[in-house]
Amino acid sequence: MIDLNFKEKKDTRSGFGDGLTELGRTNPNVVALCADLTDSLKMGNFKKENPERFFQVGIAEANMMGMAAGLTIGGKIPFAGTFANFATGRVYDQVRQSIAYSGKNVKICASHAGLTLGEDGATHQILEDIGLMKMLPGMTVINTCDYNQTKAATVAIAEHDGPVYLRFGRPAVPVFTPADQSFEIGKGILIQQGSDITLVATGHLVWEAMIAANELESDGISAEVINIHTIKPLDEEIILNSVKKTGAIVSCEEHNKFGGLGESISRLLTEKFPVRQSFVAVNDSFGESGTPAELMKKYGLDASAIVEKAKKLLT
Amino acid sequence: MTIEQLQTHVQQCRRDILRMVHAVNSGHPGGSLGCAEFFTALYGRIMDYSTQFTMDGIGEDLFFLSNGHISPVYYSTLARFGFFPVEELNTFRKLNSRLQGHPTTHEELPGVRIATGSLGQGLSVAIGAALAKKLNRDSKLVYVLQGDGELNEGQNWEAFMYASAYKVDNLITTIDYNGRQIDGDTKDVLDTTDLYAKLKAFGWTVLEEKEGNHLNRVIDILEKAQSETGKGKPVAILLHTEMGNGVDFMMGTHAWHGKAPNDEQLAIALKQNPETDLKDY
Repeated sequence: MIDLNFKEKKDTRSGFGDGLTELGRTNPNVVALCADLTDSLKMGNFKKENPERFFQVGIAEANMMGMAAGLTIGGKIPFAGTFANFATGRVYDQVRQSIAYSGKNVKICASHAGLTLGEDGATHQILEDIGLMKMLPGMTVINTCDYNQTKAATVAIAEHDGPVYLRFGRPAVPVFTPADQSFEIGKGILIQQGSDITLVATGHLVWEAMIAANELESDGISAEVINIHTIKPLDEEIILNSVKKTGAIVSCEEHNKFGGLGESISRLLTEKFPVRQSFVAVNDSFGESGTPAELMKKYGLDASAIVEKAKKLLT
Repeated sequence: MTIEQLQTHVQQCRRDILRMVHAVNSGHPGGSLGCAEFFTALYGRIMDYSTQFTMDGIGEDLFFLSNGHISPVYYSTLARFGFFPVEELNTFRKLNSRLQGHPTTHEELPGVRIATGSLGQGLSVAIGAALAKKLNRDSKLVYVLQGDGELNEGQNWEAFMYASAYKVDNLITTIDYNGRQIDGDTKDVLDTTDLYAKLKAFGWTVLEEKEGNHLNRVIDILEKAQSETGKGKPVAILLHTEMGNGVDFMMGTHAWHGKAPNDEQLAIALKQNPETDLKDY
């Protein structure tokens, strides 16, 4: 059984904010930009401590992405923060041309991703951003699962030379990864070994997959659980090694089933080791208003949905 | 470099543009020809730069071409002023070339610091680079060229607003004010109306030069723009140019925005711009 005890709940965006604050103190080249969402992105402390290195661009995300690209010319490491919707779909061409194609060392920091943004509804709940970003050549795509992992990832991506899309969320969620972890881009984390089925999850769904694994174990099913924080480049080894043992896999993500982690895994399996796969993801729809928990249940993204899909896959 | 030498550069640049687009039967000669004086003034007289190219350009003036489709004039200028061999102009728009249809950093062509082509993005990048210079206590300037048709794109206006609000005063943008875009005259496609008043209202220092194809005047207006930097406002130059300048049948129309001359047309155009001491590539 996975230990599901945790000391506190915290939002992943605070992990980003605290990671950024740490970078402000340790790396003089780190600069930050924000499009009128400083408090939502928890960037206020960085701004307070480094006013000269913080750029409030207003509600103008296209200009922000271009400015971030320009700031790299002269050696700065820009962290551009806004909601995931406005960091991707709204400015796709700016990210594509000025950042990705131009090979600029910009960190696109995207909060309030997915359904768990909650009550604001579908206009703000982007479920397509992982797909959009992973299709860009050279773009690293990361979706973190809790406060500690988000903080560690924020610090780690400053050391990575190249564009990064860092995706995190709004609600307070259990803090279950260690505070002192070292974050390795592209390296999945084995949470529990198992023999019957592989559960691979990213972002907020990692916690749900852990709950699901315990429920499956109660029913005599041994689930291997993998925390995939980096969707691109994908840790192919950890996934292949697991499915060679289990022969079945459930991918879990807070994203449209088209274009997300699940599809990346499908491509990998098709090329290297075909096994049966089931998708815990949004079924090609937009979201709606509601509490995060209500939405995760309605759209089939919670632990019970994972259990159900896993059992179905094994029958 | 004397004015006469610079004028020779302008003429050779026009020949390069015409021959480059003719060779691949594609590319954008109209706007390129209209900016030959501007590029020559910038790289021959105005900017302080090293041809030992580094991406960061610390201690150098930087230039960004926002309307990337006029790559022929950009490439010719970079080659003629020593960033890469002029023979390489021969590879323009061909497979495996560093001289892509639109400028890019992807093939690591010396002199280019950002990919442009999808319009409206250059000023934002230039602002970022100007801010990096301020953080680095680097007193050099950042230059950018934007098309007037390109100003249809909303991102420009986000950038205009930002640059004045945050006093990015180490930045000089030049608007290639030729009054034409692909579908016709800008006043018919999407009228910019009073651009001078618009930029003034956006808080910029605005200069205007009606003779944007007069080399001396282009140099003068750029020098005046330099003297206006460091005063708390970004600086814009409205540079009235003639699309297709230097080739009689390409002037007075938008038809040569993105069309290459055929063999016969090339011969006529080159006759109007004889080969110089700089020699064809």
